[in-house]
Amino acid sequence: MTLPPDYLEYRRRRHGMDHDRYPWSMLHRRKPVRWPNGARVALWVVVALEWFPLDMAGKPFKAPGALVTAYPDLRHYTLRDYGNRVGIFRVMQALERFGIRPSVAINAAVAMRYPSLVKSCVEHGWEAIGHGLDMDHLHYEGLPKEQEQKLVEESLAILRGVSGQKVRGWLSPARSESFSTLDLIAAAGIEYVCDWVNDDMPYAMRTETRPIHSLPLSNDIDDVVILVQNRHSEAAFVQQVCDQFDLLYNEAAAGGGRVMTLSLHPWAIGQPFRIGALEQALQHIANHRDVWPATGAEILDAFAAQA
Amino acid sequence: MKRDPGLYDYLPYDRRPRIRWPGGARVAFWLAPNIEFYELDPPKNPVRGAWPRPAPDVLGYSYRDYGNRAGFQRMLEAFDRCGMRGSVSLNVAMCQHHPEVIEECAKRGWEFYSHGTYNTRYLFEMSEEQERTVVRDSIDTVKRYTGQKLDGWLAPALTYTERTLHLIAEMGLSYCCDLFHDDQPSPVKTARGRLVSIPYSLEMNDAIVFTGNALSPRAYGEIIKRQFDRLYQEGAESGTVMCIPLHPYLVGQPYRIAAFEEALAYIVGHDQVWRATGREIAAHFLANDFDAFVRASEPVGAAP
Repeated sequence: MTLPPDYLEYRRRRHGMDHDRYPWSMLHRRKPVRWPNGARVALWVVVALEWFPLDMAGKPFKAPGALVTAYPDLRHYTLRDYGNRVGIFRVMQALERFGIRPSVAINAAVAMRYPSLVKSCVEHGWEAIGHGLDMDHLHYEGLPKEQEQKLVEESLAILRGVSGQKVRGWLSPARSESFSTLDLIAAAGIEYVCDWVNDDMPYAMRTETRPIHSLPLSNDIDDVVILVQNRHSEAAFVQQVCDQFDLLYNEAAAGGGRVMTLSLHPWAIGQPFRIGALEQALQHIANHRDVWPATGAEILDAFAAQA
Repeated sequence: MKRDPGLYDYLPYDRRPRIRWPGGARVAFWLAPNIEFYELDPPKNPVRGAWPRPAPDVLGYSYRDYGNRAGFQRMLEAFDRCGMRGSVSLNVAMCQHHPEVIEECAKRGWEFYSHGTYNTRYLFEMSEEQERTVVRDSIDTVKRYTGQKLDGWLAPALTYTERTLHLIAEMGLSYCCDLFHDDQPSPVKTARGRLVSIPYSLEMNDAIVFTGNALSPRAYGEIIKRQFDRLYQEGAESGTVMCIPLHPYLVGQPYRIAAFEEALAYIVGHDQVWRATGREIAAHFLANDFDAFVRASEPVGAAP
């Protein structure tokens, strides 16, 4: 085997990025952002309501949390669905106690299957954001563009219908995108996307139609990543959330507002033995002044007003 | 294919010439931040895919990009506060893409050594001519953008051919970080030139620790301190090397940097530590120890 001569051609070796979606920019050199009421940190919690179908195909890869055993994998199917039946209500109670309204990323299949759950979220003042059709319909290059467009439009129409909300944000299932996803969701009225983990602040991205913003949803400060994937203890989860907050809170004193994100999956954090860890972490944050609990849309509006 | 890389002879830890670091230091301590550029949609190498997910792997790509946009600055400030310079394991295309990052390192007197052109272009299956082109590109790019002579090498994404280390020695580099067989520098048997292997511990590498072994940030701080304590103790007999290889996209995450900095401060709080760069360690070893180590080495016996 040998490599073709063009393996050493670097067509995009130039200043900035190797694509045109967003310009290169260093966080610590930007003009400081001011959050409402002089808050140092915007606290953005994102809760995911997911449905993993029993007959998952896992194409082109299995989403995190996907079913594991041979068909029928009742074990993992039901453990994931636990989040929608039980875990979510513990999360709801914990967030309410600390005055936090999250953005809730909802698979359209969840909205169709459990409309009363979506209604509960809406009644609590939560912001519904698009989360595709279900955890087995990933957006990826290789999916025909018309099919992806249909996935975007159908899933958003369902969620908008059931929630009665405009639905301005989007989190791709498994954070998987094709080269067209940003164009398609922007054309469908989405104003911000949470898939990209390259920043601690929002920034503008280009699409074929109109700009979209990336909102920085950490994939590290995530219950499934820390507790399930990395198999850390609940105490270590609390420690990492608190350390994340402390650093951003201190940095904000000189560098301007920051966004602290916490990504939650009720099937993981909503277990009886784990929910206390969420409450402990939120208590640590609540012990600080100048924290602004906000939804993604509220953060976007405050950010865009200064751009 | 070979059964033995043939790159070094046997030299047991308990019967070596004594290494004396400058100032009587016990440990030569160096930091090796990998400052990298990963491409969103690189050409395919037949033996290694660039990303676990099909392109565009938005999650993998943007996680790496975090290092240059945000994590780098936090790592830089931690180094500054501890009085440490970095020896940058550099994807040299960073000089074109993000010269702002390179300038910050250069003005602090950090060293730049090569980590290939991009972290998404692998040496696997390259012809000799292609591989020479990559090494030449690194030598020229580092010279043009930083004024430094390229002395060190860590293959991009740890991808090789059988020729790699022979070629870099022939082309004038003096050290490599690609071999993990020792806690002291050691001579590499190359066809031409003199090449030193400098310890670059994968076990201390934040990528292995966080992504591979899934340790928590505080656990990372603990293993760094334990690694140092033992090397410092052993360094009383003969100088040892401690390296911490880093990636700004990992260690520069808000929830990780403070625990790392605490461990770094612990190390530089000891007085018999030589705060070195890769180049300085290689030069000292070449001038003082290389020949004695070659003489003391035993040839490797034939395997059955």
